[in-house]
Amino acid sequence: MERECYTISVYTENNIGLLNRISAIFLKRHINLDSMTASVSEIKDVFRFTIVVKITEEQVKKLVGQIEKQIEVIKAFYHKDDETIYQETALFKVASKLLFEERQIQNVIKESNSNIVTVTPEFFVLEKTGRRKEVEELYDKLEPYGLMQFVRSGRIAVTKEKMHISKIIESFGVDTV
Amino acid sequence: METQTQTIEKETKETTGHMTGAEAVIHCLLAEGVDLIYGYPGGAIMPVYDELYKFQDKLQHILTRHEQGATHAAQGYARTSGKVGVAIATSGPGATNFVTGIADAQIDSTPMVCITGQVGSHLLGSDAFQETDIIGISTPITKWNHQVTKAEDIPSVLAKAFYIARSGRPGPVLIDITKDAQFGELDFKYAKCKGVRSYKPVPETDPKTLQQAASLINKAKKPMIVFGQGVILGEAEEELKNFIEKTRIPSAWTILGLSALPTAHPLNVGMVGMHGNYGPNKLTNECDLLLAIGMRFDDRVTGNLETYAKQAKVIHFEIDPAEVNKNVKADVAVMGDVKNTLAEILSKVESNNHDAWLQQFKDFDVIEYDKVIKEELYPSKEGLSMGEVLRGINEETKGDAVIVSDVGQHQMIACRYAEFIKSKSNVTSGGLGTMGFALPAAIGAKMGAPEREVVAIIGDGGYQMTIQELGTIFQTRVPVKIVVLNNDFLGMVRQWQQLFFDKRYASTEMVNPDFVMIAKGYHIEAKKVTKREELQTAIKEMIASKEPYFLEVCVEKENNVFPMIPTGASVSDIRLE
Repeated sequence: MERECYTISVYTENNIGLLNRISAIFLKRHINLDSMTASVSEIKDVFRFTIVVKITEEQVKKLVGQIEKQIEVIKAFYHKDDETIYQETALFKVASKLLFEERQIQNVIKESNSNIVTVTPEFFVLEKTGRRKEVEELYDKLEPYGLMQFVRSGRIAVTKEKMHISKIIESFGVDTV
Repeated sequence: METQTQTIEKETKETTGHMTGAEAVIHCLLAEGVDLIYGYPGGAIMPVYDELYKFQDKLQHILTRHEQGATHAAQGYARTSGKVGVAIATSGPGATNFVTGIADAQIDSTPMVCITGQVGSHLLGSDAFQETDIIGISTPITKWNHQVTKAEDIPSVLAKAFYIARSGRPGPVLIDITKDAQFGELDFKYAKCKGVRSYKPVPETDPKTLQQAASLINKAKKPMIVFGQGVILGEAEEELKNFIEKTRIPSAWTILGLSALPTAHPLNVGMVGMHGNYGPNKLTNECDLLLAIGMRFDDRVTGNLETYAKQAKVIHFEIDPAEVNKNVKADVAVMGDVKNTLAEILSKVESNNHDAWLQQFKDFDVIEYDKVIKEELYPSKEGLSMGEVLRGINEETKGDAVIVSDVGQHQMIACRYAEFIKSKSNVTSGGLGTMGFALPAAIGAKMGAPEREVVAIIGDGGYQMTIQELGTIFQTRVPVKIVVLNNDFLGMVRQWQQLFFDKRYASTEMVNPDFVMIAKGYHIEAKKVTKREELQTAIKEMIASKEPYFLEVCVEKENNVFPMIPTGASVSDIRLE
């Protein structure tokens, strides 16, 4: 079976040890994470992990089974790229003097659909949100001028299909956390 | 009126009141029906031990000689009693010594609650004396774990711990309690946990799957059952028996399923797996329907998955969704508790017989008997065999004993040849293969089923890994019977060296001490047998004893366990020699 990019979305209780527990599932199977992002979700007190991996569908099915088995995991899903809307964010820290010394840089910024987050006499910070490819394109264009710093976030994604988390929570039939 | 008030007062007194976290721990255990725990004291758990001292009339604490022993004893207790085993230890090395037992309980689905002390919460992360991150360490090997840093959290966390340990597919839970949480005060009120929002212990059974399964069963010409510990954990022995007696399907077992069905049952066709019986292994690759009941297709059971039962439809009765399609693809997965699903499917399956098919198992039995079993049970050579010791034990116990085995050749021999008439009678370390398991597990097994005879079968290697638990036996006088089958070798590793490493016996020969003298040092009655004519009398004497008893049997040094499926080979390539 072919390896593909999968986005695993995990809805969980807010538990301090859960990150460790979930990452251990990948570690044990020697599966590298492309990225992992944790945040709150659309439901109060329910957290959401967004994990990106490149593996086979058989592997991802088994992983989701192992993740769901963890006590404080409410539900885990996996999706292919065309089933989700996903984005990453990158920050570029660039020397301000380049704006004057290298005029082309202004065009690069204009064409890139990125935002200038802050400008100081010494540096400015560009924020670019989009698909990996778009971020990489901007990186390739700016890199020759010299980047003071670069950082990119993990993927965050929402799915096209509905996530019936509230219903799933009700189905456990228990009020207590 | 007065009596009533007194009763109410008594109940209230038992379940509420202002107290320390340490005392709350005791009340939680009592509320969960715990009357026996295994453990070892130390700095960070001393407040709880101080309360144990006060409550010793209600809650017995067994001092093992090592924390690992406490976990295995708790496992043994859980396996024979069906209740949650409890082990308690201090922080740091106390907690890390729990790790092997926890991992063993996790892979063998044993309900266990482990309580560890932890340094004060203000010291967490400071590399304090005996601080270790036991939550981090135990995360991959627990069903759930949690650190308590506030006294008021103790009741709800312990209630959840017991609920999680025993519900669904059972497993070990570790609760780490900081010293300040033990000293801290709370208004105690205990409510048993009835559910956890994100946790569904038993998945719902889709009625369609029962129908599909029944239809496959009714159509099958050569069906075969492999059942595992799920039957015992689900207390579904009667349901299994009813199901197989109606359908007359030949039934084999994994080593953890052993004893769920009496050995002598006419449909019991023996053990599957690496050292299992010839027939069920061979015929796994000939059956047209394989019913896996409460088992998880361990690699020691399946051999090479590429050639495992490929011709058969597979029905998997399972409680844990993550086990379905993990190793073997199921055509029909019947989710749920086997006690319910087996009962429900009974009315949907037709009475049947598979006599000709069953005969094929019996034909293989004849071959196996001639090539392997006869020589093992009735050796023609001078040296004693492990099998004849088991035969001798069977003769004395009539299959009524709990057999606790360690790991290695003697374990395979015990599982192959011990006879059972009751469930929950085979206690062994299956998934993890923990040498040193049996001696402490036997202590727990006996305490979990005091009315039963408990015989530990241990090799000379594993015995010395937890031999210090003789001290626990000495102190408690728990009447376990210990049989060490001594071949002065790490026998199973030696067997592999002989078969697969050109007889290069690297570090497997043991120079052993005088085991009888050691047992006697602990004031345990002890005997050593080196000759066949002494064997049965010694076993008889051991079983008749009301006290703990140690019996060393010096067996042939270089015997091998057969049949055997070499690693990576197909189940049907099982070798008889």
